[in-house]
Amino acid sequence: MSVWQNAQKWLDERFGLHELREFMEHKTVPQHRYSHWYFFGGMTLFLFGIQVATGILLLLYYRPSPNEAYESVQYIMTQVRFGWLIRSIHSWSANLMIFTAAVHMFSVFFLKAYRKPRELTWLSGMLLLFLALGFGFSGYLLPWNTLSFFATKVGTDIAGQAPIIGKWILVFLRGGEDVTGATLTRFFGFHVAVLPGIATVLLAIHILLVQRFGMSVPPSVEAEWQATPSARHEMRFFPNFLLRELMAWYVALAILGGLAAFKPWELGVKADPFAPAPPGIRPEWYFMFMFQTLKMIPAKIWFLEGELLGILTFGLAFLLWVLLPFFDRGRGGRAQRFIVGAGVFALAYVVVMTFYAYVAK
Amino acid sequence: MRMSPSSSGEPGPSGASKGKRRVREQRTKLACVVKRCRAGHPGAGGVLGALFVWCCLFSLAALSLEAQAKNSCLDCHSKFDPPLGINAEDFGSSVHAQKGLLCTSCHGGDSSSDDMERAMSKAAGFRGHIERSQVPALCGKCHSDAAYMRGFNPSLRTDQFSQYQTSMHGKMLARGDTHVAVCVDCHTAHTIHPPNDPRSSVYPANVAQTCAHCHANAEYMKGYKIPTNQFALYSTSVHHDAIAVRGDLSAPTCSTCHGSHGAAPPGVASVERVCATCHVFQQQLFDSSPHKVAFAAMGAAGCITCHGNHAIQHPTDDSIGTANTAFCVKCHVDGDAGYTAAATIHTGLLKLNQEIERSDEILGRAQNAGVEVGPTILALSEARDDLTKARVATHSATPETVQQDTQAGLKVTDKAWQAGQVAMRELKYRRQGLAVSVAAILLVLVALALLIRKIETPSPGETR
Repeated sequence: MSVWQNAQKWLDERFGLHELREFMEHKTVPQHRYSHWYFFGGMTLFLFGIQVATGILLLLYYRPSPNEAYESVQYIMTQVRFGWLIRSIHSWSANLMIFTAAVHMFSVFFLKAYRKPRELTWLSGMLLLFLALGFGFSGYLLPWNTLSFFATKVGTDIAGQAPIIGKWILVFLRGGEDVTGATLTRFFGFHVAVLPGIATVLLAIHILLVQRFGMSVPPSVEAEWQATPSARHEMRFFPNFLLRELMAWYVALAILGGLAAFKPWELGVKADPFAPAPPGIRPEWYFMFMFQTLKMIPAKIWFLEGELLGILTFGLAFLLWVLLPFFDRGRGGRAQRFIVGAGVFALAYVVVMTFYAYVAK
Repeated sequence: MRMSPSSSGEPGPSGASKGKRRVREQRTKLACVVKRCRAGHPGAGGVLGALFVWCCLFSLAALSLEAQAKNSCLDCHSKFDPPLGINAEDFGSSVHAQKGLLCTSCHGGDSSSDDMERAMSKAAGFRGHIERSQVPALCGKCHSDAAYMRGFNPSLRTDQFSQYQTSMHGKMLARGDTHVAVCVDCHTAHTIHPPNDPRSSVYPANVAQTCAHCHANAEYMKGYKIPTNQFALYSTSVHHDAIAVRGDLSAPTCSTCHGSHGAAPPGVASVERVCATCHVFQQQLFDSSPHKVAFAAMGAAGCITCHGNHAIQHPTDDSIGTANTAFCVKCHVDGDAGYTAAATIHTGLLKLNQEIERSDEILGRAQNAGVEVGPTILALSEARDDLTKARVATHSATPETVQQDTQAGLKVTDKAWQAGQVAMRELKYRRQGLAVSVAAILLVLVALALLIRKIETPSPGETR
């Protein structure tokens, strides 16, 4: 008996590995014309893993204080071996992760994978997406450059517009009235401790729920399968699906490498809190559709302030979106068409406003 | 601002007869206005209305925090055209009105009386029109009284009148030439603002225009035998560019070099000291240079022999050396020591400049490609500082002094160039690394695809 076989036997006796092996051998994934959308969830998970790994490496050198943050990132990029690569991959991977998470969300929406019994899977996924946005917002400030400093100022200002609790949110986020060193240490704390802690728990719940209920089959495919049971196809999760997923991960890795080598993430100029805000301040691309809307909204609509109305509308829209599985109870006809229409509108709105924001500057 | 005699509130002798005729016309008009005022408003309703308005105005006046002294002069003079007319709003904005001074402070009389005869009576000290020759003394009456001026602005100088008496303007006025500038020509008479107020005719950015009002007027300056192109020349200068285009109020204007109240051309001996009020190092280096003695022997003034006076241009590295554009070749010829020194200095400056540009270029390329070279770019600014110092050191006219700075700069550029090359090698390494990684990833992808195909291909006799 080889050492490997001995080790397997030893573990099997204690942990029942054969049950896990058996489970893996029998786990299947539905195979149909929309199966490729399944990969985006896995890709998001892979990119999250990259974030954790590169984030830990950056943590070895990063110093979260206004006097040292910029210099430490500069040190990482110039002096630390492969520091430029790690920092660049961390930044690009963050953006790609939000992109793949958004694609995953919209695919779940349009394939109606959120319906009973997967309401909580959708809910945990949505919370994970918000957490990813929180990661992006908090991480953006950490290099302490001019663009991130003023974007954080504008971003927290917008959060401060929320009714009743706005002021409290602003002070809580900034650690005071203004964006200062206190904001930086606070954002650092959110970015490397608070958010990862919550994300890990939510991610575990999300994956467990996916595992518990299996992959959803879109209603149209399900109807076809019920009509023609021979048309039903399933793929073994291990190794067939996992190998395909692995291919998707490698593609993501190649894209990341290319971006890091040809478009390394810029460091910019160190933030000067006393300097006037430079022109062209803008948040990360995934906040641009909201930023552009708030910029375009009139100052006063009826008796409400335009910006406040915009924030309230976005808040309500997000709430409805999150709670979607609880009022989409599978009723056919007009209700379904309305929900699909709302989804198409939301997607088109986000895409068009994001592009418009970059064209309009 | 120096007003031309025809437009000035204080007409000069050349427009005197015309001015007197206009004064007579204005007095006739004034009498009519006063008569209309005294006639009052006809009818009882008019009386009641006037009473009501008067009561309102009285209440408002009583409510005002600061009691304003009555200034009946403006009631009439604000209705006239110049020279007797005064724009009440402009006068109200002037520093004198703001400090509570009235027309009577300069012109005498009793502004509290609505009776024209009484207001402008000799008994009330009415002086009326003030002759140009009397203006400096009149202004000096207050502005030379330190105790009095302290009550308004303790830091304000009180030597303007004594300085004026030493100026070319003051000396000529004392000789009876009333054509020359007196206080009101530069400061205006009734709309005087402090020099730090952009509306002021003596605000730094406005001074050149104010001087040019007379000094660029060939007709007006006829008879003085001095050029009238100073403003045109100054407008092309680096100093004008600094103050008028870039808004640097510390940049020199006419009064910076010539003085204001004591305005006079600086003599040959004092030119260097005038320039040195700003260009300190240049003067120190010039004083230690061989040029100091040589220029003195030639009777040439320090700075302006090379740089000129009013039309001072931004010097370039070609201003020194042996090319036609160089100042040096005005005196030096091929073969003399100065000619060789000029060539050596020029070569050193050019070399450092070229090295800075070369390092800049490679670092810029590296930065655009994403290699972080920020600290090196920052370090390269030291070489720029050295180049600036070397350019200043040219005033020593000694190659060794200039070389101290150029050599220091070249050491910095050498390091920056090396760092730029390392950055470019790093960039190449990164791209090669990427190519290898992508190739490896593609191989894995192909291997995975083959593996998937293999495990999904049914073996003979097996159905999927």
